[in-house]
Amino acid sequence: MKQKNKKVDYSKWGYFFILPFFISFFIFSLIPLIDTIRYSFFEYYRSGIKEIGPNFVGMANYASLLGSDMLKYAANTMILWVIGFIPQIVIALVLAEWFVDARLKIRGTQFFKVVIYLPNLIMASAFAMLFFTMFSTNGPVNGILMSIGLTSKPIDFLGSVMGTRSLVGFMNFLMWFGNSTIMLMAAIMGISPDIFEASELDGCNSFQRFFFITLPQIRPILAYTLITAIIGGLQMFDVPQILTNGQGSPDRTSMTLIMFLNSHLKSRNYGMAGALSVYLFIVSGILCFFVYRMTNNDDPDGSKAAAKKAKKLAKKQGRG
Amino acid sequence: MKKRVVSALLIAAMAVTAMAGCGSNSGGSGGGNDGGSASGEEGKVINIYSWNDEFRERVEAVYPEVKETSSDGTVTTLNDGTEIHWIINPNQDGVYQQKLDEALMKQADAAADDKIDIFLSETDYVNKYTDKDADAAMPLKDLGIDPEKDLADQYEFTKVTASDTEGVQRGSTWQCCPGLLVYRRDIAKEVFGTDDPEEIGQKVKDWDAMKGTAEELKAKGYFTFSSYADTFRLYGNSIAESWVSPGETVIKVDQKIMDWVKSSKEWLDAGYLDKNVKGQWNDDWNKAMGSASKVFAFLFPAWGIDFTLKPNWDGGDGVWGVTNPPQEYNWGGSYVHACTGTDNAEHVKDIILAVTVNKDNLLKISKDYSDFTNTVSGMQEAAKDDSFSSEFLGGQNAFTYFAPVAENIQIAPLSAYDQGCVELIQNSFSDYLQGKIDYDKAKTNFETAIKERYPDITEIQWPE
Repeated sequence: MKQKNKKVDYSKWGYFFILPFFISFFIFSLIPLIDTIRYSFFEYYRSGIKEIGPNFVGMANYASLLGSDMLKYAANTMILWVIGFIPQIVIALVLAEWFVDARLKIRGTQFFKVVIYLPNLIMASAFAMLFFTMFSTNGPVNGILMSIGLTSKPIDFLGSVMGTRSLVGFMNFLMWFGNSTIMLMAAIMGISPDIFEASELDGCNSFQRFFFITLPQIRPILAYTLITAIIGGLQMFDVPQILTNGQGSPDRTSMTLIMFLNSHLKSRNYGMAGALSVYLFIVSGILCFFVYRMTNNDDPDGSKAAAKKAKKLAKKQGRG
Repeated sequence: MKKRVVSALLIAAMAVTAMAGCGSNSGGSGGGNDGGSASGEEGKVINIYSWNDEFRERVEAVYPEVKETSSDGTVTTLNDGTEIHWIINPNQDGVYQQKLDEALMKQADAAADDKIDIFLSETDYVNKYTDKDADAAMPLKDLGIDPEKDLADQYEFTKVTASDTEGVQRGSTWQCCPGLLVYRRDIAKEVFGTDDPEEIGQKVKDWDAMKGTAEELKAKGYFTFSSYADTFRLYGNSIAESWVSPGETVIKVDQKIMDWVKSSKEWLDAGYLDKNVKGQWNDDWNKAMGSASKVFAFLFPAWGIDFTLKPNWDGGDGVWGVTNPPQEYNWGGSYVHACTGTDNAEHVKDIILAVTVNKDNLLKISKDYSDFTNTVSGMQEAAKDDSFSSEFLGGQNAFTYFAPVAENIQIAPLSAYDQGCVELIQNSFSDYLQGKIDYDKAKTNFETAIKERYPDITEIQWPE
């Protein structure tokens, strides 16, 4: 009894140290979040310098958003994201594998790591500005293409749907592949070298090693990359905004959801913007849930589905 | 570089010195909500909202009470110790208006020294602030300025622009922006055999003549204008009815706008315009002003020649000339407003009178900054005075051409929605003109975009 009383309780210090985070989260994240949701049920905007509202309108904002081109912009966002993400993850995986592979002995990996990460340090808007100038009809890229005779007339990159979308995708790829590479490298280095050694002894070639050892082993980090990329993709804004001058031109085909949100904020339309944010919130929630399920399924001591799968596999092998 | 900084400092210092004189006592005038009474006590701080240093330079140049300006340009001290605080926010992306709106919302509750005393606005959105119900800009009459008498020498259209729907003038400007046709003399010589402004003027005197000229230019491989956006102001600023009638929420697209779309398409397809230049204020457009460009002419007011054309031109002086445009038009212009609730009514009145009314001051601005200023008689004098001629234009006196245009300008009726309408209609139809979408899709896109920008708009009516 006495001893129990004597025991010093350190747990309160734990709470004490995480307190700053929770306070700032509460003030700067939670309250605005709740406010956003609250305003999404109101008609609240500015006309000139006159404020209209807030008047409660129920689900009217949500309904009118569904009636608008929102789904089209969601599709745009998705397309732009996929164009950028596929090369990003492929190149990142290959580079990470190469950099880590002890047998390849690539010189100056440190240097390359810095170089491929560099585009990420440039402000996205500056990057977009640069591309806008480079790929304009009188820009240097057209100049080069014309002088080496690949084309006789300047190509109107930013005037075509394909051109604009690929440029946005390409920029996102350039900006983020270094980041993914470094993350995946960390993951690959975390794999126990025993496994690689064992595989080599068993006569595994490098493709087999990549697909049957590296990939399954780095699945958690891969999932993390995928989730952050999806959320980042949903929030894609700065690059297309600057590249198309906020218009999503041509014909609003590169207008992303956040650009749509931003055009509502130009009129201080907090109600409509709030409703759009709530939609986005729900979508990212669902996406995260799916990705988590997808990636955790193979964990044998995790979910039921994984256990089932493992059992099935065992059965099959038994039969075979 | 250093010298420049020092001289800028000196100018600033002089400016502040000049600005201090009027009876400024302590504290703010009690109520603040009606700063109109000229006898009230004056506050210590004059807050001026603007989007660049232009107005400060003008004030420093001509307001005699300015004593000095701090090195960072944020505070100007007047002779009597009153301080002008310059609150500068860039115009891009509507930042200036956002900040100004925010401050105006708080104006009633702000401490006397934090209240906005003067703010500036541009023609595209002046109506938002001169609106009677918004009551952001004070009627000049309440300041003790009688527009009929004191502003008699100003161009009529600038007074109309700064007035609310009932005709009460709520702002004044030093600047007047009649536009001209600025052309390349070397191209003119090659194609027409002459670069005489009179003869070129005949060739571009109206749209029909313009078309014939365009054909001649095309035959020699030149473009008449760079982009379809170049001609927009000529049509857009001569609409018969405002975009949105007062008290309504319906946008009426004027026939003139559709005329612009129609003729732009025609011109573009005919090859009179450079297909590669899409709109204004971009790199391609800037390059079209260079010596390698095939573009014959631009449509610019005084500020455009000085701030846009000149920096983009890479050749020597004297290659460009000006002549009359195919149609009189106005483009731009900054208005000075006294803000409702100001605690420095006396100073505000003085500044407005010094910068926008005093003829000597205006002529000085014209000479030093080649601005076309808001004095009818002064500009008529300048038109005859060769000391106003410009090196850049090969010794040509542009005021000779500006003055008659200014007198003939019919300003389009304004509404608070102008800025969005002008911007978005050009964007939407840009895709159509480039052949990306069809005519009806462009209309729909405009409707979508404008309703996003102005949620209170309920309907868009198209002509025909």
